[in-house]
Amino acid sequence: MIIGLDVGGTYTDVVLLSNEGIERAIKVPTDPDDLFHTVLSGLDQIVDQVELMQIHRVVLSTTLTTNAIAQDKMPRVGMIVSAGPGIDAKYFRTNSDYFAVAGATDHRGREIEPVNPVEISEISQRLKSEGIRYVGVVAKFSTRNPQHELQMLDLIQPHFDKVFLGHRVSGNLNFPRRIATTYLNTAVYPIHKQFFQAVQDSLANKGVCIPIHIMKPDGGTMVFSASVDHPAQTILSGPAASVMGSLAFAFDDEDTLVMDIGGTTTDIAVLVNRAPLLNPAGISMGSYKTLIRAIETHSIPVGGDSAVRVVDGQIRIGPDRIGPAMAFGGPVPTPTDAMRILGSMKSGCRERSISGFQEIACQLTCSVEEAAFQVFDRTCRMIMTEAGSLVDRINQKPVYTIHELLEGYRVYPQKALILGGPAPCMAGHLEKISGIQVGVTPRWDVANAIGAALARVTSEVILFADTQQGMATAPEESFFQKVDRTFDRDQAVSMAFELLREKAFRLGAEEKELEMEVIEDQQFNMVRGFYTTGRNIRIRVQIKPGLIGEYDTIAGILSRE
Amino acid sequence: MLTAGRTTGLVFFPAFDWAISSTHPEREERLLYTQDQVFEEGLLDIDGITEFKPDLVTVRDIQRVHFCVPDVWSVATESHFISAGGAKTIGMAVMDKRVECGFALVRPPGHHAMRVVHGARGFCNINIEAIMIEYIRQAYGVRKVAIVDTDCHHGDGTQDIYWHDPNTLFISIHQDGRTLYPGSGFPHELGGPTAIGYTLNYPLPPNTSEEGFLYAIEQVVLPILKEFQPELIINSAGQDNHFSDPITNMNFSAQGYARLTSLLKPDIAVLEGGYSIEGALPYLNVGIILALAGLDYSNVKEPNYQPEAIRQKPEITTFIKKTGDQVLTNWRNRVQLGEMAQKKKGIDERRRTLYYDTDNIVENQHETIRVCPNCSGVLKIDSESDHTCRILAVHIPVGACEECRNQGYAWFDSIKKSDEAKAFLQDRPKDQYLEK
Ligand SMILES: [Zn+2]
Ligand SMILES: [Zn+2]
Repeated sequence: MIIGLDVGGTYTDVVLLSNEGIERAIKVPTDPDDLFHTVLSGLDQIVDQVELMQIHRVVLSTTLTTNAIAQDKMPRVGMIVSAGPGIDAKYFRTNSDYFAVAGATDHRGREIEPVNPVEISEISQRLKSEGIRYVGVVAKFSTRNPQHELQMLDLIQPHFDKVFLGHRVSGNLNFPRRIATTYLNTAVYPIHKQFFQAVQDSLANKGVCIPIHIMKPDGGTMVFSASVDHPAQTILSGPAASVMGSLAFAFDDEDTLVMDIGGTTTDIAVLVNRAPLLNPAGISMGSYKTLIRAIETHSIPVGGDSAVRVVDGQIRIGPDRIGPAMAFGGPVPTPTDAMRILGSMKSGCRERSISGFQEIACQLTCSVEEAAFQVFDRTCRMIMTEAGSLVDRINQKPVYTIHELLEGYRVYPQKALILGGPAPCMAGHLEKISGIQVGVTPRWDVANAIGAALARVTSEVILFADTQQGMATAPEESFFQKVDRTFDRDQAVSMAFELLREKAFRLGAEEKELEMEVIEDQQFNMVRGFYTTGRNIRIRVQIKPGLIGEYDTIAGILSRE
Repeated sequence: MLTAGRTTGLVFFPAFDWAISSTHPEREERLLYTQDQVFEEGLLDIDGITEFKPDLVTVRDIQRVHFCVPDVWSVATESHFISAGGAKTIGMAVMDKRVECGFALVRPPGHHAMRVVHGARGFCNINIEAIMIEYIRQAYGVRKVAIVDTDCHHGDGTQDIYWHDPNTLFISIHQDGRTLYPGSGFPHELGGPTAIGYTLNYPLPPNTSEEGFLYAIEQVVLPILKEFQPELIINSAGQDNHFSDPITNMNFSAQGYARLTSLLKPDIAVLEGGYSIEGALPYLNVGIILALAGLDYSNVKEPNYQPEAIRQKPEITTFIKKTGDQVLTNWRNRVQLGEMAQKKKGIDERRRTLYYDTDNIVENQHETIRVCPNCSGVLKIDSESDHTCRILAVHIPVGACEECRNQGYAWFDSIKKSDEAKAFLQDRPKDQYLEK
């Protein structure tokens, strides 16, 4: 049996799945000030009366690190950054204990300026004397050659509890994002480690002695033991859990929109060939732009509880939420009240909704029913318009080869899966105004927890080879190997796949889930003078985000329910 | 956090799957390290810098500028449609005010492509700046445009296209034609009889460094631009003046290019040449993008940059100042020179032999222009090459007067349809292209 748990802002959803489908689904209130208690009480209640030996998988999607970053409740950490020529490193400052130091490496990984050990040792002493225990070290182009970061690590390692290195974050080139991501890893590390260690220990005390998996924003999971090296990869996992929950019910291989219509916001994502589309740059959170892989989502401030107003004769929905719908005792009219008046929603007090819409009807000079319809229609149209702009944004992503520009895949979703409180009331109208097929995700109320339960381990490996310099490297994996002149693209792909397998197992994957694919594959002849002097090869492979093997039966059962 | 002082659009299209040939300077690898540097610096994440995906230009866009022999698809491949499309995309983004300025970092280049195209010259097939400019003229009604070509090679293609157009000021700064391809671009090349002084050439001696380039911009180009008052400034931003460029002999630097860009403040910059793909281009492009966006570029330096080692000799400085004076004099005398040319005769002719080095084609051209007091004059070109067929082409310019229009159609109608020659007519006022 599998447990999936997703911590939301108000409620935490927990499901227990077996080969028979959903054995149990519960909601416990979220206490943002005591997530540990929230998670434990959710787990306690779901396993009540269950034979614990039968539980073979536990996946948690929490808001722990997200909240720590959003509320800036992170400990003081040190950052040591070497940039070399280019944009001055001072512009990428993440925190007060941030030091720009000497040292430079160029775009091919060649040293331009060495590290200054005296400077590093001085900074190290200073950080230590301030009581700082965690440090991040980032160098420009460390993904081409991590030597400088490793040298700095050697110099400071004995003085700190944990040091995070930039090149381990991602094989992607983006120095400012590498700095931000390394900082977040460093800063959430102690909180993350302590929390999940405690969860794992208390499960073990109950007799559930299995490694827990943690949800990531790319729709995949990793085991706790691997997460301590990448704790920031646990941020913003909630929307990903919902998308993965919907994936279990995707119609077929066709492009599909997934729209999670909540109280305050609607999150939109796109499935292509049964996998969520990822954001190629990395997720952003507040002012932090990171290299953390994530599902491409578009979040808009429109939901069932958005405040409805009439401004200059025009209906305005959101962007704020003042309270719940008037039907449920809220202070201002909302799209939910409109649905209550129109009768598509059955619960709540219709009289209160009507009284709230009197003024809107008055301002629009129409009947209350007509006003309710206009608000409802406008809400649906706003959501479809935003879905369209997400699709445009995806199709407008720049590409760098003639082949991709002319033949590149264009997303064209003709189907949508929706979830969230208002979803059942909106499906019909969304379908009518958009002309695309709209279905409600079965068990949408716990789709997020189902998504967490069924998500497989995901990971990515970027391999870079430069045969002129005789090397192949995947810095994120601490992999560096000498290669000869004959090394080519095919060998590079096999090498990358081998690294990906190892990595996936380390993150907790099982053999049958290793759906590996090449997502980038480039080989350039390097010409100096009139002669080809080497090959420059760039390979990117991944475990495709998806669901674990058991899902077929489970999803089948859930769909029939 | 970094925020651009001037919102800047970028089209980055390195065409990683296109080359003239595998070891040619115009090969797949050319912008590879530039991409690495631009990505690693995180330039595309900066607030106020927006990357656009290039659209392709249409055959119509190309025919607004060129007479392609025998037709557009025979001289231009997809790569050229995209590269010109990248320039057009940036042009539209600027004109639509989505950004204040923009940079088309695209390849293949275009500034050696002339009005008649039989094949590739100097790695260029179609003129990507001219295609963008004529599109902008057509779609947005812009009249006065200045092109400042800072590629190390003379922009002879752009010069040819705008030779007779007094509304397009073309200024080329380049290594002296006696020492470098294409061997033209001398100060006495000033434009046709109806546009004298609106083509200006400023050749610089080999080994010119920062001081010389910045002198040319500050003391010569900027005052001329100020007087011309263009609605748009376009920079043909070639990067082959760099001290490490393998096919030229200049001593310019990343700091110098960035400074030049911040002085010139082009509305639109378009990449042209530049073949020091590892040692220069990554740094030059970062410098240019930062300068366009009004950001701090003081730390952008190529690894082996030693300003003292490449400082120019005093005699070079003297020479550059002398040439600059000559360019300024030509500019100031343009009205007088124009009046003299106008008095001469009703018809002006020039005969030229043009060589297409990249495709090894020789073209013989006979150009006839009606020297008109009321417009820039209708143009007729009789062109023949050893590879393709003969063409007779008529160009009726933007703002053509009634007489010139009629003359253009009379020329076109008088051409007999035959197998040996094709006839083309560009009617710019009507935005039409006819052929027979
Ligand atoms: Zn050039
Ligand atoms: Zn005329």
